[in-house]
Amino acid sequence: MPMPESPPPILAMRGISKTFPGVRALDNVSLTVYPGEVHSLMGENGAGKSTLMKVLSGAYQADPGGEILVDGKVTSIDGPLAAKAIGVAVIYQELSLAPNLSVAENIHAGRELRKGGRFGLVDRAGMERGCEDVLKRLGASFRPQTLVGDLSIAEQQLVEIARAVHANARILVMDEPTTPLSSRETDRLFELIRTLRAEGLAIIYISHRMAEIYELSDRVSVLRDGAYVGTLDRADLSAESLVKMMVGRDISGFYKKQHAAYDPGKVVLSVRDVADGRRVKGCSLELHAGEVLGIAGLVGAGRTELARLIFGAEPRIRGDITVDGKTLAMRSPRDAINAGVVYLTEDRKRQGLFLDMSVRDNINVAVCGRDARIGVLDLARGAVRARDAISALSIRVASAKVNAGSLSGGNQQKVLLSRLLETKPRVLILDEPTRGVDIGAKSEIYRIINELARSGVGIIVISSELPEVIGVADRVLVMREGELAGQLGGHTRTPITQEAIIELATGSRPPVDQAA
Amino acid sequence: MSNSLKPQEAGTTPVEGTTNPVQRQANILRHERMQALMRTAGMLPILILLCIGFGITTGNFFSLQNLSIVTQQASINVVLAAGMTFVILTGGIDLSVGSVLSAAAVAALLASNIPGFGGLAVPVALAVGAGFGLINGALISLLRLPPFIVTLGSLTAVRGIARLMGHDTTIFNPQLSFAFIGNESLFGIPWLVIIAIAVVAISWFILRRTVLGLRIYSVGGNPEAARLSGIRVWGIEMFVYVISGFLAGLGAVMSAARLYAANGLQMGQSYELDAIAAVILGGTSFVGGVGSIIGTLVGALIIAVLTNGLVLLGVSDVWQYIIKGLVIIGAVTLDRFRQRGSART
Repeated sequence: MPMPESPPPILAMRGISKTFPGVRALDNVSLTVYPGEVHSLMGENGAGKSTLMKVLSGAYQADPGGEILVDGKVTSIDGPLAAKAIGVAVIYQELSLAPNLSVAENIHAGRELRKGGRFGLVDRAGMERGCEDVLKRLGASFRPQTLVGDLSIAEQQLVEIARAVHANARILVMDEPTTPLSSRETDRLFELIRTLRAEGLAIIYISHRMAEIYELSDRVSVLRDGAYVGTLDRADLSAESLVKMMVGRDISGFYKKQHAAYDPGKVVLSVRDVADGRRVKGCSLELHAGEVLGIAGLVGAGRTELARLIFGAEPRIRGDITVDGKTLAMRSPRDAINAGVVYLTEDRKRQGLFLDMSVRDNINVAVCGRDARIGVLDLARGAVRARDAISALSIRVASAKVNAGSLSGGNQQKVLLSRLLETKPRVLILDEPTRGVDIGAKSEIYRIINELARSGVGIIVISSELPEVIGVADRVLVMREGELAGQLGGHTRTPITQEAIIELATGSRPPVDQAA
Repeated sequence: MSNSLKPQEAGTTPVEGTTNPVQRQANILRHERMQALMRTAGMLPILILLCIGFGITTGNFFSLQNLSIVTQQASINVVLAAGMTFVILTGGIDLSVGSVLSAAAVAALLASNIPGFGGLAVPVALAVGAGFGLINGALISLLRLPPFIVTLGSLTAVRGIARLMGHDTTIFNPQLSFAFIGNESLFGIPWLVIIAIAVVAISWFILRRTVLGLRIYSVGGNPEAARLSGIRVWGIEMFVYVISGFLAGLGAVMSAARLYAANGLQMGQSYELDAIAAVILGGTSFVGGVGSIIGTLVGALIIAVLTNGLVLLGVSDVWQYIIKGLVIIGAVTLDRFRQRGSART
């Protein structure tokens, strides 16, 4: 909060550049952060946010020429230890806790207390006592003795924050912390962030979600293609200005699709009473040709599990699945793909892409068997498929031979999507299709969804972002605790609103108006 | 709707010196190609250096006779390492190849001694090898047991079976029907070398030009993604262990053909280690998904040249072991250092 009498900046990064072989990841970037502010960092994937934070946390060395000032003094951060010493702590999307150790042991990791000097035994009781205080202050409801593996994701995140606070961190970097959280857990996290801000911590907050940026930020800095674009004060924040800075152009009508009158084709997929004996407790649904069916619900409501059950990725204990009027066994993804049902995973890096394989192979892997003659790859056909897919989905790559791992999130998602589309599916199940995807690619993915629906593909979209579900779906099913809690839109003629979805998802009226 | 990445159009702070994304991609591509080249050809300079070094220090290293000896010595390891490449590409390991080789060789010798059925010896060896591979593969892919443990078990068990089959003796057959494989040449090239080259060529074709090959890389690179792409992961895993076993059977034919004999006790002892060393020297990733058969060939040649050169130099057996081990570690260390500096933004 840079008031006229504001304190000196706790951190000033000036003229930071970082070059990798062949890539200029950061180009003369500056960032100034004050104590007691939430400073958001925005930019499309590949804009350089993570690289900048890695320079700050000592994981990368910046190129010579720039300088980092901490409390006004030039400081060199030549490694993670130096970063820790000046009070920088980073909370990554993937949490870095040991699940087999207790909360207290994790909080003290690397700084274990010992009984009687350097070579003494571990002082477990002392460590447990030592972190009770910080856990209480952060509002934790679990005990220091609890195993981290037994905690929910939100609680594990709290442990990470407690570890940072306990180590006297003064600059806390949070990289998309709300991605795995439900909206209630998100609210709790925001409360915590405000508490930490009030205590004078500087918080650098990275997120793609506009609503969060509004809610939290004191100031927002934007990067684009490795360069610093500008910083906005809270008073000047607006969606248009931010998007414009990030993308370099105007995106109007971002979510809204042209809703034609609800006029579904015949049923392409019919699911009757499927259950997996764990999460999914008997769900039935029908999907029509040309329809976009949204599935909403809290994290843990069983949306992904239901999708994977339909796709045959998990064994089901009962229920029938009918595609185009034929009831099928659907015992494996292979069966599903052959029946024309495909699934886009929510976790493209772990379950979707082959990061060390070329874009071309990634696109062709599901159909190369169909193209092949006596098992020999049809390389020419594969190249044509890749070229056509790259232009149809406007995937930005220099060549189809580039490894998929080097693409940005949005382009990776489009590569994965083209793999599915090459199989000419009748039913497309998209699980969080725009997670970790930048705004430009997001709007393109919406365009692709609309075009596919118009061409008669039945599409299911699972999403935690309510504006996305509402914008993209003709009809929305809401799941709660493994069951379908209700239906909005379509022939029910009920309006699809955030309030109605939240009501069905939680089983009650929400206490406050939720912004997703 | 397209081209959201195109920079510098909005009226915000103008920025200088941003790399254009397509250019950036082109740079990445060039960088990746270099890396891929390094991976496959990475050890080639070491092989050449070793050859030059031994050529200077020993005098007769480059004689036709010695080169023939080196390539023949390398041939069996090349065949085993080719099978090992398939397995390691899927993220697995096959520790049992040496034992399978000895069991297949004993079986071949037993078959060759049955009057009137001598011609069955080679098919028997291949079938025995493939059979043990099938058992390994079934335990790993169907029961989901860890490859290291399964093949560590079969390393011991199959060695026992080999000794059992031969009643713990060495079996001879001076009239071995396939002895020409170990002792004769075609157009001046020893049969052993021809077989090894053929195995490398066929492996290259399978890995680079067939659906099966692409699926092997897929399963190794990301098994869950492979499953969700409709690939029968268990089928691919089964295949690589059967191929590894089959090639161990072929290695048995090659060994037995040279020796006119087979036994269950010493034959193929610790061959799995040389095969694994060749694959690792060849730049194939232990995690799976990355690697090439050409690299494996270079790796196997390095081991053979090193062994041969040290013998020519008169280095004692004890020091040969020490030097070989250190060279493997040193070469791979060098490789890691060269490949550092690769980064993703």
